[in-house]
Amino acid sequence: MTVLNLLIVVCLSYVVLLFAVAFGADRAARLGRGSWLRSPIVYTLSLSIYCTAWTFYGAVGFAARSGLEFVTIYLGPTLVMIGWWWTLRRLVRVGRSQRITSIADLISSRYGKSNLLAVLVTVLAVVATTPYIALQLQSVTLSFAAFAETDPTATTLPDMQSTALWVAVGLALFTILFGTRNLDANERHHGVVMAIAMEAVVKLCALLAVGVFVVWGLAGGVAGTLERIEASGISRFEVSGARWVGLTMLSAMALLCLPRMFQVMVVENEHEDHLRTAAWAFPGYLLLMSLFVLPIAALGLDLLPTGANPDLFVLTLPLMEGRDGLAILSFLGGFSSATSMVIVAAIALSTMVSNHVVMPLWLHYSGTAAMVSGDMRNVALMARRLSIAGVLFLGYVYFRISGGGTALAAIGLIAFVGVAQFLPALMGGLFWRGATRTGALAGISIGAAVWLYCLFLPSFGPEMVVPQSVFDHGLFGLSWLRPRALFGAEGMDPVIHALMWSMLLNLAAFILGSLLSFPLPLERLQGAQFVNAVEHSGTQAGWSGGMAQSEDLLIMAQRIMGAHEAQALFAAAARRQGVAGYLPEPGPDFIQELERALAGSVGAATAHAMIAQIVGGTAVSVSDLMAVADETAQIMEYSSRLEVQSQELARTARQLRQTNEMLTHISVQKDEFLSQISHELRTPMTSIRAFSEILRDTGDLGPEEQKKYAAIIHDETVRLTRLLDDLLDLSVLENGQVDLNIQSGSLTGLLDRAVRAAGGETGDFVIRRDRKAEQIELTTDLDRLAQVFINLISNAHKYCEAQPAVLTIRPEVNGTQLVVDFIDNGSGIQASKQAMIFEKFSRIGVSKAGGAGLGLAICREIMARLGGDISYLPGQKGAAFRVRLPLEIDGPASQQGRSKEIRSKETDSP
Amino acid sequence: MGKTVLLIEDEPNIIEAISFILSRDGWDVKTHANGDDAMAAVRRRAPDLIILDVMLPGKSGYDILAEIREDADHGGTPVLMLTARGQTRDRELAERAGANIYMTKPFSNADMLAAVRALAET
Repeated sequence: MTVLNLLIVVCLSYVVLLFAVAFGADRAARLGRGSWLRSPIVYTLSLSIYCTAWTFYGAVGFAARSGLEFVTIYLGPTLVMIGWWWTLRRLVRVGRSQRITSIADLISSRYGKSNLLAVLVTVLAVVATTPYIALQLQSVTLSFAAFAETDPTATTLPDMQSTALWVAVGLALFTILFGTRNLDANERHHGVVMAIAMEAVVKLCALLAVGVFVVWGLAGGVAGTLERIEASGISRFEVSGARWVGLTMLSAMALLCLPRMFQVMVVENEHEDHLRTAAWAFPGYLLLMSLFVLPIAALGLDLLPTGANPDLFVLTLPLMEGRDGLAILSFLGGFSSATSMVIVAAIALSTMVSNHVVMPLWLHYSGTAAMVSGDMRNVALMARRLSIAGVLFLGYVYFRISGGGTALAAIGLIAFVGVAQFLPALMGGLFWRGATRTGALAGISIGAAVWLYCLFLPSFGPEMVVPQSVFDHGLFGLSWLRPRALFGAEGMDPVIHALMWSMLLNLAAFILGSLLSFPLPLERLQGAQFVNAVEHSGTQAGWSGGMAQSEDLLIMAQRIMGAHEAQALFAAAARRQGVAGYLPEPGPDFIQELERALAGSVGAATAHAMIAQIVGGTAVSVSDLMAVADETAQIMEYSSRLEVQSQELARTARQLRQTNEMLTHISVQKDEFLSQISHELRTPMTSIRAFSEILRDTGDLGPEEQKKYAAIIHDETVRLTRLLDDLLDLSVLENGQVDLNIQSGSLTGLLDRAVRAAGGETGDFVIRRDRKAEQIELTTDLDRLAQVFINLISNAHKYCEAQPAVLTIRPEVNGTQLVVDFIDNGSGIQASKQAMIFEKFSRIGVSKAGGAGLGLAICREIMARLGGDISYLPGQKGAAFRVRLPLEIDGPASQQGRSKEIRSKETDSP
Repeated sequence: MGKTVLLIEDEPNIIEAISFILSRDGWDVKTHANGDDAMAAVRRRAPDLIILDVMLPGKSGYDILAEIREDADHGGTPVLMLTARGQTRDRELAERAGANIYMTKPFSNADMLAAVRALAET
């Protein structure tokens, strides 16, 4: 197998491994496993996408061309990570707390959620990043070609274009697969991060391996290496101070502004504390990456033929020495650098493009209907996927058009200057509350324009975009508009020239625009939140009270604390300062003390704002106002909570009162009931006792009297028994413990039985029936129903005073219901008493029948058990009762046929 | 002629029993089943003694007693109250209404007679 074929196999295996790692990490994260995914080391390694193929290959080339200048590329980020750690922390904190998805999102969010600004940032980011992606594609292609050239068996050189295309397609696939799993762009892409962390390790190992090989394998140790470096003349390159400072600053700015760095540093950040680790570990990583750059450059210049591309020394040195394994490792390192950068850049850019360009457009054209319908999610995901493909396609197109310049580092620096235009708006937004949207728009636009004109467009070469005449004589023939010598600044390095002018004009426009414009309310609000992300209201800014008016303070304090207390406070302070009277010098200590005292009365934020008005002499700041609002909101929430609680208490009290009333009522009812029972029992017993004593004590009773009194005793005993029966019956019915004995039978038979049991017809009691209408089959507890009928018939017999008393029984079927009316021709029941006749012991009229008044109460309970009811039917002249029940009771079948002992009144008659 | 007693009671059997006992003791027993009739009878001819049931149709025994006590001419008539409601509360109510003697049904005939005799002597 040839080296080239081996390389292809290894390369494909590596890609498969990357997919596997990403897939595994995503899966582990989804299953809630793999806390190592969220370790600060992974975070630090993911930051290493700063080191792209440009750094991997290009740093050596940089060193070979310009000497030690390459160090600036590492120095800038190191300074930021170590020296500006707190700035990064604020960036991360804001990003997390505001759920920021990209640098465009952050800037637009800070300046009142302006989409115009977001679009501007997105466009600039895409323009600046596209060449960079092309650069990565180129590096893979070039390194592949380098392999092919040295492989004697490769008869034809592989087509560079197609290599780049395949790499682009593969990367698009990977990014879409692992970068758009979730809609929430703010969510972590564990798979992607894990894969690039692994690539970070690979590229570091590859570079270190080549370095070790070069130092100890080729140069014969450290001393030999130093000699070679000395001999190569790298260290003697003239170092331009301006360029050094400029490039260091540029790389520092890039770390903060590059969309891909923002993605891994802020968006993918798992925990703020990870920055602590990254602050030392990332510079350490950069140090290791840069360790062998000089030796490789020196030995490459020494050993390789003149004209060899120094950007590929890392690869060509091992190849030349026949170390194919090392060369393949080196290739993988470069491949890793290129792919990881492209993947993250594509995710970052696609998020920006889809969120700030595609989605707003889609929403604009599809109207609000689409927003409420459910397919937003798919549209957003599709937008992001298409954006990824689009970004990579743009990179590929750029690669095709540019044809592949050989100086990789140049494109990198150009991109750096482009994204650096975000810096004023970004930092100003985080630290300067006065920064406004207008300022940010002006700064970024002007900076971007200068960058385009002075650096980006000219980078295509003369006559490609910018005509040579413009280079020589300036735009419109104005010599101060020459792209390489703006405002007559001649003889400068193009990158530094563009950096200086773009940043100067950007910054100036930003500051001027901010000062001259007035921020919108939303901007103020966001600005306060961004600027106050780290300092919370708990920490008080010290006052310098030189201009403060002590008297004003005293007047205000008196209003709040009361005259006596305020004067005591002021007098004590004055005494401490050695001043006579009530007015101390308004020094910071005193003002702080006063503020604390006031805070006790009106709350910290209000106190701060009030004092600020007098001491600062300035208007109350947005954050003060917001803090006041917060406090007010808290108080309101607290009071509304209290209100809710008191309402709840009132409700509970009301419920308790109702329960108490109910219990009292039940208790009274129970007493009443017992009293009634007592009466009903004692009345017959009185007769029984009295007559039994008469029979016992009276010697001279005639036989008639004896018989009569014995009959009374018997009757009263029956009455007592019936009463007890009724009571037990009622109790069972009321407690629902009654078991129904469901049977089928005809109504006519049932009525026959009831009439018979109630004593039948007599001379003065006539019952009129409609036997034809009575031919109704019904299924219910026939015994219980008979009990009701008996009761109604005997009531009519007892209470109907007409002569003769006529009771009409009228049955009727109404759907599935049976209705039976019992109507007599008596005087009926007074309307006022109709409501209470079904209550217990509610005898009306004279108790000539001797009933206990439980009959109708029992009837009512029975009818309820049978699924029907009994009611008094007014307007029928006589007393009229209506019984209703279902023809077929829908009780449980198990009750059918169960033998029951049913008490009835049939046996009660004397 | 013996003294008269007015019996206000609605239970026929109890009326019969009390009438029998008192008649044999020489009392002239008049009976009424409700308060209004009874009050009319009292005003027509004042009885020496009234036996009053509590649970009556219409006016309750307490109401009738109050009416008797308010009456200028007959307010001092001795009243024996009979009740089948044997609770303490009922006794209190009866005493507050001005019953001279309060008896719970069922009573012993001898006790009842003794109470009537005792009231007649006051």
